[in-house]
Amino acid sequence: MAKSSATKDAQALFHSLRSAYAATPTNLKIIDLYVIFAISTALIQVAYMAIVGTFPFNSFLSGVLSCIGTAVLAVCLRIQVNKENKEFKDLPPERAFADFVLCNLVLHLVIMNFLG
Amino acid sequence: MAKVLGFLVLALSVLICEAAIFKPISDSHRSAALELFTPAHGSLSSLEETYEALRTFEVLGIKKQPDQRAATCATVVDTLSSPTSALKDLFQALRVNGLLNCELNKKTFAGIAPRLKDAVKSASSLLDYYYSVGSLVLIKGLNSDVDVHLESADSVVRAIKALSQSDGRWRYSSNNPESSTYAAGIALESLAGVISLASSEIDQSLVSMVRNDISKLLDGLEKYDDGAYYFDEKLADAHGHQGPLSASSAVVRGITAFAAVSAENLNLPGDKILGLAKFLLGAGVPGNAKDLYYQIEALASLENNRVSIPLILSLPTSILSLTRKDQLKVSVNTVLGAAAPSLTVKLKQIFSSGSKDASVIDQDLKFEHENAVHYLDALPKDIDVGSYIFTFEIVLHDSEHKMIYATGGRTKVPIYVTGVIKVDNAEISVLDSDLGNIETHKKLDLAGKNSISLSANHLQKLWLSFQLTSPLGHALKPHQAFLKLSHESKVEHIFVVGNSGKQFELILDFLGLVEQFFYLSGRYDIQLTVGDAVMENSFLQPLGSVALDLPEAPEKAARPPPQAVDPSSRFGPKAEIAHIFRAPEKRPPSNLSYAFLALVLSPFVGFLVGLLRLRVNLKNFPTASAPAAFAILFHLAIAAVLSLYSLFWLELNLFTTLKALGFLGIFLLFVGHRTLSHLASTSAKLKSA
Repeated sequence: MAKSSATKDAQALFHSLRSAYAATPTNLKIIDLYVIFAISTALIQVAYMAIVGTFPFNSFLSGVLSCIGTAVLAVCLRIQVNKENKEFKDLPPERAFADFVLCNLVLHLVIMNFLG
Repeated sequence: MAKVLGFLVLALSVLICEAAIFKPISDSHRSAALELFTPAHGSLSSLEETYEALRTFEVLGIKKQPDQRAATCATVVDTLSSPTSALKDLFQALRVNGLLNCELNKKTFAGIAPRLKDAVKSASSLLDYYYSVGSLVLIKGLNSDVDVHLESADSVVRAIKALSQSDGRWRYSSNNPESSTYAAGIALESLAGVISLASSEIDQSLVSMVRNDISKLLDGLEKYDDGAYYFDEKLADAHGHQGPLSASSAVVRGITAFAAVSAENLNLPGDKILGLAKFLLGAGVPGNAKDLYYQIEALASLENNRVSIPLILSLPTSILSLTRKDQLKVSVNTVLGAAAPSLTVKLKQIFSSGSKDASVIDQDLKFEHENAVHYLDALPKDIDVGSYIFTFEIVLHDSEHKMIYATGGRTKVPIYVTGVIKVDNAEISVLDSDLGNIETHKKLDLAGKNSISLSANHLQKLWLSFQLTSPLGHALKPHQAFLKLSHESKVEHIFVVGNSGKQFELILDFLGLVEQFFYLSGRYDIQLTVGDAVMENSFLQPLGSVALDLPEAPEKAARPPPQAVDPSSRFGPKAEIAHIFRAPEKRPPSNLSYAFLALVLSPFVGFLVGLLRLRVNLKNFPTASAPAAFAILFHLAIAAVLSLYSLFWLELNLFTTLKALGFLGIFLLFVGHRTLSHLASTSAKLKSA
């Protein structure tokens, strides 16, 4: 009884979360998808490192840091683009996207230099 | 061992300087003369050199080469018949002619003689007199028909005498204040020529003045410790080749020439003439032609002169072996090696090098006619090995000879007496330090080979002893008696073996030596050296080894000195350097890597699928042509930057990348700004609408 109610509660919670998320604007969903993509790529690389070893350690680091870095930048972009955040109300999303592109380019210049 | 002995002989030879052996002219001079006077380009360059060569060959008894005679004679005839020849050339030509006897026209001499007489009268310098008078003397010697007599001989003698100095030396000319010994020799030779050419008797007072000059000149002789006298030539002038040898040679020639023409005996001291002969012989075999000529010419004039003929006492060998019972042999010759008149050589005294007192022996040496050698049957009984100075005296049999020959009183000669030294009672032991008990005791045979092996620790002592006995049973203290201990690591220690009388003894107390031995335990090779110049059986031989057990080195103990590096190892080829490469890291299997490549790409696929499911579209993409072009350019520029990054990873370096990135960045900034501001303005319009 208790178990089924807990399942039911979880289902209810999940459902409410999903319906709440469905209300999220599409552009934020795209950013979320991008963050998930970057994080999962990083996780796969970590898994590979755990199996094979750290031998080209700087290559591993640059691969993982590239993913984490771009995910962090994407989160920043999401913060700035989100209309709920009153703090960035005056900032146009185009300006935030330009920042995102510039930071990515700088990040990847460093990553490429470090890749070896 | 030969090296050690050689060094000892060298060291010993420095000790004796007051006595020396002078050997008469020998075959080594003849071979040297042939070598030095061999013309470099077929013929000798000048008549002067030709004369010097011919004269040296004549004195040494070398047959002159006939092939040069014709060419040389042609030069002589040319020089003599030319009316413009210089005085010096005439003189040299006549000198060469005197030796070669070229066929010359008698008229030639008749033509030259008046010229030479005029030259004598008008001469102003010493060399003018020398050449003109010398030429006239040579003509006189060849041809008696030509009148070469000088009427005014007295005035010529006075003119030459006017150039002399108070110390017996001469000046070259009246306006040259410097005086020279070489010039004195030339002047005396010229004076002798004038006297022989004089038509009437020369004023005796002039002759006695010249004799005075000669004795003053001889007072200026300098002496070496070994009894040789020489003239030191301080003046180095335009005549170039001047030194003690040329000066002494010139004076000897001058004096003998003057003695030959003067009526009275010059009464010159015989020991100085002998000393000059010794100096000339002491020059050995000179290294250049000029010096050889000076030496040989002067010795030739000493060989047969009216003053006193020096007799040279020489020894075939100055090293006598007691063991071989060598005889003491002495030969007496004239300077050029000719036989001496009948005489007796007496051994007067023997000085031992160690002590000052001499044993006086008055013993006649026997004469052996076959080899012309004086010899002593047996050495005096008390002569043991060592170095001695023997004093000889030459006694001429004929009392008339005493006026002719100069023997120079007593002659001191260094003699080395060598012999086989008896080495016996050689023993080596290891002793206990405190009680002196003998731990190990070995006998050594120092004449043969030894290879003992001992062992000792730092509380023990090594004891070595042997006896050295000379052939007469006396003690001998050799120059070298060393014991050498050399460790395996080539660290060497040398100890002097001390002696008391015949007994030689060395005690090594290892307790006191551990520091000196650098606490190095292990095998030490033992080597014994006993050497002396008079010891015929000097030896340097290994005795064996001793294994030393020394205590551990304390912290502060001195390290053994680094051994001298063998120069061949320092400059030789270095050892080859083998490069060791790091082993490559283990790579994972390629299948696994490919699988993970696919796995890494799968989130991207998921991302694209996710985008499709979100129904993402490009509706916001500008439709107007100019903004669309900027938007396309913006995306292309981003793609270009990313591909530049991949090029940077693959091949470019940071500098070229940054340069290209600079241009691309400006372009990207421009098109990005245009595109994004267009989007911003459209969204602002939407909002306001």
